[in-house]
Amino acid sequence: MFVSINWIKDYVDLDGLDIKKLIESFTLATAEVEDIIEKGADVQNVVVGEILSVENHPNSNKLHLLKVDAGEKVCNIVCGAPNVAVGQKVALALAGGRVCGGEIKVATVAGYESEGMCCSEKELGISDDHSGIMELDPSLKNGTNIKDIFPIDDIIFEVDNKSLTNRPDLWGHYGIARELAALSGRELKPLEMGDLSYDGDEKVDVKIGREDLVYRYSCIKMDNITKNKSPLDMRIRLYYCGMRGINLLADVTNYIMLEIGQPTHAFAGNSIDKIVVTTPDEKIKFTTLDGVERDIDEETLMICNGNTPVGIAGIMGGLESEIVEDTGSVVLESANFDGVSIRKSSSRLGHRTDASARYEKMLDPELTMDAVGRFVKLVKDIDSGARVASKITDEYVRKYPEITLSFDKKYVDRYTGIDISDEQINKTLTALGFAVDYDNGEYTVKVPSWRATKDVTIKADIIEEITRIYGYDNFEITTTNSPLKPVPNDYARLEDAEAKDILVKKYGFHEVHSYVWCDGRKFKKLGIEVEDNVKVLNIENSDNGVLRNSMLPTLLTIAQENKDFAEKYSIFEIGRVVDGTDENGLCNERKHLGAVIYDKSGNEKAAYLKAVEIINCLIGEIKQKKAGYNKIAPVSAWQHPKNTAEILIDGKRVGILCAMHPANRAKLDKTAAAVCFEIDMDIFSSIDANSISFREPSTQQSTYYDLSLVLAENTKYSDLAACWEALNLAELETAKVIDTYEKDGIKSVTVRLIFAAMDRTLEMEEVQGWIDTILSNLGKIGVTLRA
Amino acid sequence: MFEKPAELKKLFEEKAAAVTATAEVEQLRIEFLGKKGSVAALMQELRNVPNEQKKEAGQAINETKQYIESAIAAKLEELKKLEEQKLIDSAESYDESMPISVDLGSYHPITLVRREVESIFLSMGFSIEDYSEITDDYNCFEALNIPKHHPARDMQDTYYLSSGQLLKTHTSAAQNTILRKYAKNLENGNPIRAIFPGRCFRNEKIDACHENTFFQMEGIMVDKDISISNLIYFMKTMLSEVFQKDITVRLRPGFFPFVEPGFELDIQCTICKGAGCPSCKDSGWLELCPCGMIHPNVLTAAGIDAEKYTGFAFGLGMTRLAMMTYGVKDIRVFNSGNLKSLSQFTEKSFTRPEESKEA
Repeated sequence: MFVSINWIKDYVDLDGLDIKKLIESFTLATAEVEDIIEKGADVQNVVVGEILSVENHPNSNKLHLLKVDAGEKVCNIVCGAPNVAVGQKVALALAGGRVCGGEIKVATVAGYESEGMCCSEKELGISDDHSGIMELDPSLKNGTNIKDIFPIDDIIFEVDNKSLTNRPDLWGHYGIARELAALSGRELKPLEMGDLSYDGDEKVDVKIGREDLVYRYSCIKMDNITKNKSPLDMRIRLYYCGMRGINLLADVTNYIMLEIGQPTHAFAGNSIDKIVVTTPDEKIKFTTLDGVERDIDEETLMICNGNTPVGIAGIMGGLESEIVEDTGSVVLESANFDGVSIRKSSSRLGHRTDASARYEKMLDPELTMDAVGRFVKLVKDIDSGARVASKITDEYVRKYPEITLSFDKKYVDRYTGIDISDEQINKTLTALGFAVDYDNGEYTVKVPSWRATKDVTIKADIIEEITRIYGYDNFEITTTNSPLKPVPNDYARLEDAEAKDILVKKYGFHEVHSYVWCDGRKFKKLGIEVEDNVKVLNIENSDNGVLRNSMLPTLLTIAQENKDFAEKYSIFEIGRVVDGTDENGLCNERKHLGAVIYDKSGNEKAAYLKAVEIINCLIGEIKQKKAGYNKIAPVSAWQHPKNTAEILIDGKRVGILCAMHPANRAKLDKTAAAVCFEIDMDIFSSIDANSISFREPSTQQSTYYDLSLVLAENTKYSDLAACWEALNLAELETAKVIDTYEKDGIKSVTVRLIFAAMDRTLEMEEVQGWIDTILSNLGKIGVTLRA
Repeated sequence: MFEKPAELKKLFEEKAAAVTATAEVEQLRIEFLGKKGSVAALMQELRNVPNEQKKEAGQAINETKQYIESAIAAKLEELKKLEEQKLIDSAESYDESMPISVDLGSYHPITLVRREVESIFLSMGFSIEDYSEITDDYNCFEALNIPKHHPARDMQDTYYLSSGQLLKTHTSAAQNTILRKYAKNLENGNPIRAIFPGRCFRNEKIDACHENTFFQMEGIMVDKDISISNLIYFMKTMLSEVFQKDITVRLRPGFFPFVEPGFELDIQCTICKGAGCPSCKDSGWLELCPCGMIHPNVLTAAGIDAEKYTGFAFGLGMTRLAMMTYGVKDIRVFNSGNLKSLSQFTEKSFTRPEESKEA
């Protein structure tokens, strides 16, 4: 919203104040000022001139050669405006001066010297009218500076509308003036109201159909209005505040809206019989005064003349009832509608207006009569013949409750942490319009109507009023007195961090972030189906509606998109997935670690075993436990039918490891392979870690024994290990694979078993006994020594 | 006179002079000092020496033996040195400027910024809380004093889910849960100090400055007598720690339904120090984080006696902080998955804004 300092000066004496500083204090105490614009700076050395003579230019049928009396001298002017006449008074920019188009110099125009320029309103920056030069009041004295006649110089500041969301009282100059008065310690002058007295019987009939959507509807009729143009002073203010002059009645209603924040609407007086404020019984079409036909539904509040809609309540009037130039009489609507209803209607219509923006902030219903009073005053001031032509109609159907708040000085002290004096509290609240009753440290405060519609409802709100005017910059700041307490460890968070460190620092993974919903379009590129899950209802791109139930498909799309990054790379993310819904239909949100190892050269086996190593490391490092694996059928169609396994800790499933189905793998990139694993970090962190139990290492000589074994088909290493683990030998320190060999479909493996005892050097016979038992166990699963 | 030791010594000297490699030294040792070597043979001969000369002859043999022993050791040492020198002379001088790839992994920039900020809060006695990404209308709005039909619900365009829930639009959605969790502690004299970083979602069109998925962090502190004065002090201290320099803050009224009074906190532009520059749009100030005194209705909704306890809350845009810290101009980098961008974040700790590329 634009605020004119000239306008503010109507209500507060700002003499002697540093305006820039005042505006800055407004930012700090009230609402953010986004911009300060100095109006009139572009206009210099423009004076009243009188056209003494007009000659047509010999070589142009547009240009005229004028002699203009500028007071101190007579200037030759070449002028292109159509509306020049002898005797006319004009705004003459003299050489060396400035207008909005630039500097004025003596120049030769089409062969004739011109010593200045006759200005249009646009050139003076006071409207966008450029149809001709300004015609000034003939009584003005030649040579008078134009700025002494019209308020061209002004300071306009723009307040961020968003920061006014909660302040319905600041949507007009008068409310802003109240703030500035409180901030500067000056007095706020009352608004001057017109005389509403009327002797006749005429009264505009108003019926409120939807009392739930209307607070108040006031209206009055005026007639005998003969003027149709508002004075330039008023039009300059409107223009500086972002509106355009239209005609007298439209300008006055706009002026009142910018003055006190109350939107009003002027209906052509002869067109209104009976006003009905209601919602239509069925959907209708309605053309607003901007010429747009709009669909109106049954929840949109309408203003009707009898049964005929003439305006959308609080949003915009109809084209049919527009005030035209010859309207001699007018019915002024000054109403207060339900803010929520207006906001919803305006959003349904996709049409937000200055009026609806104000209504939705919950305007003070007390303003409707102020607006009527100001309307009568302003119209009569401009057009002295205009008359009030009806009694006041004032349907006040709903009222906001009066709010009175009680608190004491101690409360203020406790909340602020500083000592703001009673005198300061009293002064601040009074200046802001609160009725303060103070008795020995106890305050009872009545909230003014313009703050009581939603803004100030509890005593904490009063704290804001006191402190913002006091100034947060003036606060003495101190630390809290709260006792110091140790912060408990959050193991889930620490384990996430450890997992990230292992993946990044030890295995060179890159951490990525991805969206919580599936990107169907990208999945399709890999031939991956989006699986049914909870959906986002209002997502813009319908391909993205379904929440992910696994991290892996998304990570695979990311892996694919980076195929030019390197030959091999690995990515991971710790994020949320939704594993369907629970018995109450609510999302089962899980925290998952997802990882993809990508290898352009296509060594899938190496990648798969690398994944095993990494999982073993994660579980070993973080939990001091051993990972277990168990092949399972694919959970999703894109997973490899043979190489999908669940990851186990203590026999409990914590995640899944898988290669890709060849069909999906083929879509990655020619020969590339990708192997994935995913761990449910909620389950993972719920598993207790083993603590380290220290064992003194044996000081005795250890003995090793190598077994070269020929494996039966489908024998897994874990089957072999079971054969020596079955002995449960304390002396078996480690078993490791030192060689693997495959020829003609026969797999063999060399295992080194290392034995040591704590208390003695092992005898060969003893070791041989164990080996015999182990070989016998191996024999049972069809594993034999290599010949 | 028993002459043989002296002859042997001479013989040894001749032979030793011809040895040029360490391997030959051992042969020399065996020849003279071995069990069947020359010295041993001389000892054998001692038997034939007359008794009165035995002592003198024995001494002479011993002296010769000691001489040979030390000469062999010296020879060995000398030859080793020579051979080492040869190895050194023939060795390759390695080129450490070869482009050796290290395949450093990388953290997401948000992880780095979070770690930094979280460690600051841990050091100030704050617990770090986790909260879901999916929440409901009650937690996201109702419990935060944002009733139905409140414009604030329009201001944050919410993603609603088919389950009747929603994706949280702000970390404030965790306030009720966390306040409840610690309400009992509060009565036992333990202040609530908690931060809750998390991912938030808003239905926005994505461009260089807007994302529909981004990170925030919220913090709360509740106790008896927590005041506005404490809030300003805390924010200044905390931000000075985050930016590692003395930060000047200013508070402006800001409207958020869950705080009263609510503020927009600006920091004096760290680049121009308040003089005005493109970074702060010539205002000298950067709007950084919303904060305020927790609204009594929010405390009440969490079962905390608002007459007895007060507190403050603040929000920090983690994504924004990451942009400021690393000079990232386009917010889309964070969720792009583009490793050409993301693989650059290899460090554990982040560069301070003073050194950052932001201009």
